[in-house]
Amino acid sequence: MATDILFYVLAALTLIFGALVVANPFSRNPVTSAMFLVLTIISMAGLFVLLHAFFLAAVQVLVYAGAVMVLFLFVIMLLDLKEEERRKIKLMGLVAGLISVGAIVAIFVRSLLATNPGKDLAEPKAVGDTATLGKMLFTNYLLPFEIVSILLLVAMVGVILLSKKDLK
Amino acid sequence: MIESVNNWLEGLSPTQSLLLFTSIKAVACFAIMMTMVAYTVVLERRLCAWIQDRIGPNRVGPFGLLQPAADGIKAFFKEEMTPAHVRKVLFTLAPMIALIPAILNLAVIPFGSNLGGQKMVLADLNVGILYTFGIVSLGVYSIVLAGYASNSKFPFLGGIRSTAQMISYEIAMGMSVIPIFLYVGSLNLSDVITAQTGTQLGFLPNWFVFQTPMTFLAFCIFLVASFAETNRTPFDLPEAEQELAGGYNIEYSSIKFAMFFMGEYAAMILVSAIMVTLFFGGWTLPWFGLDQAATTLLGGLLHIGIFLGKVFLFLVLFVWIRWMWPRFRYDQLMDLGWRRFIPVALANILITAIWLWWQSGK
Repeated sequence: MATDILFYVLAALTLIFGALVVANPFSRNPVTSAMFLVLTIISMAGLFVLLHAFFLAAVQVLVYAGAVMVLFLFVIMLLDLKEEERRKIKLMGLVAGLISVGAIVAIFVRSLLATNPGKDLAEPKAVGDTATLGKMLFTNYLLPFEIVSILLLVAMVGVILLSKKDLK
Repeated sequence: MIESVNNWLEGLSPTQSLLLFTSIKAVACFAIMMTMVAYTVVLERRLCAWIQDRIGPNRVGPFGLLQPAADGIKAFFKEEMTPAHVRKVLFTLAPMIALIPAILNLAVIPFGSNLGGQKMVLADLNVGILYTFGIVSLGVYSIVLAGYASNSKFPFLGGIRSTAQMISYEIAMGMSVIPIFLYVGSLNLSDVITAQTGTQLGFLPNWFVFQTPMTFLAFCIFLVASFAETNRTPFDLPEAEQELAGGYNIEYSSIKFAMFFMGEYAAMILVSAIMVTLFFGGWTLPWFGLDQAATTLLGGLLHIGIFLGKVFLFLVLFVWIRWMWPRFRYDQLMDLGWRRFIPVALANILITAIWLWWQSGK
């Protein structure tokens, strides 16, 4: 099946690019990491397309790859970050990291074993179109949607307040 | 001969014929796009020469029509310099990214109705316009990376300027088209064209630019924002020669420089094609029944011709404005984008939505 092959290719690409964001053996330049994050986002958008969620895929590329990551690059350039040096690994950090990774792996393994993945799935319906999504957002999920909007508004007002020099 | 080809075509499975025709269409689109890029450069040089009362390049071939070939050969054979202080990988990547978005976006533009039973659009996506904006928004990386990878002052300043400029105007551009989609009720670009067939007042084409004041305002904002997005005068601040000695492309030479150049013209063609689709009826003309999908081969070719003709008129507009207008100052540019266009575009969305709701209540 072409879809299966595409899924494995895109999933592998997402994981590889994701790993290269945090641990790139060739370059420790923050801009390179940011560019790999862009590639991760784009290959994830490909996974959304395979799930027939075209709207989500387009918005993912538009918002994250096109706008948020450009801002990231902007900030990286303006902050004049040097190439990150290799830090010494502290014992405490190592233990805390291992414990948290172990916990996440345990959660994944347990939930995967419990749900029998890939079997007894309902037939996927093509619910990715914009009209359906809009109707869902303004009927079933109206309250969460409005709360998120207010959250964004609060963030915006906060930024304006912080960047204003003299408060009258 | 033709019969055997026909037999072979009918023997193909639906997947095979889809693959075959899509690849043919993709290659044809690419070829036409690249030819148009080459001749837009000639158009620019000839038109600017006429505007400045010169003759322009007329020596290579009849009327200078082989000039693109000469330019291309020159670009390929020039020595390619990679300065020692640049970041090599990103430096090489940036000119490639300059061309990619415009080419990818060709996929959703309906450039004709039918041609021998095939729809003249590569991918009839139901989120067509979002795909377009998504890919367009990736175009900024070429300039940002070129500025950063060049690792010297002027390219960097050009890159920073363009980042701020492009993300500012992207917002205005994205919001300006929302009224159109409120009218159409679908994000599919073919549906947008169907909504613009026929005439109004008996003679005026029913294109969105003429339909209502709201859609006309949307067109005005989109037009200005598209100049900013393609870095064309009066908004060509990223490459302001007098201030930045060329901006993001100073350190580039040979074919890499030419690719930035081609990327700019490809982006112009793409934005013109989007404007034609959204506001000027795409491949339709309201007279002689040319607004219905073609049934004959000739009609299909005529529709493609109409589409290309409209795109050409927009390209002339782009070139014309470049040689008539001085450049904006940077603060004027930002002021225009954030304090004029974005509020106006938001108000436009609101007014259109209220108007449509009001009408639907009758």
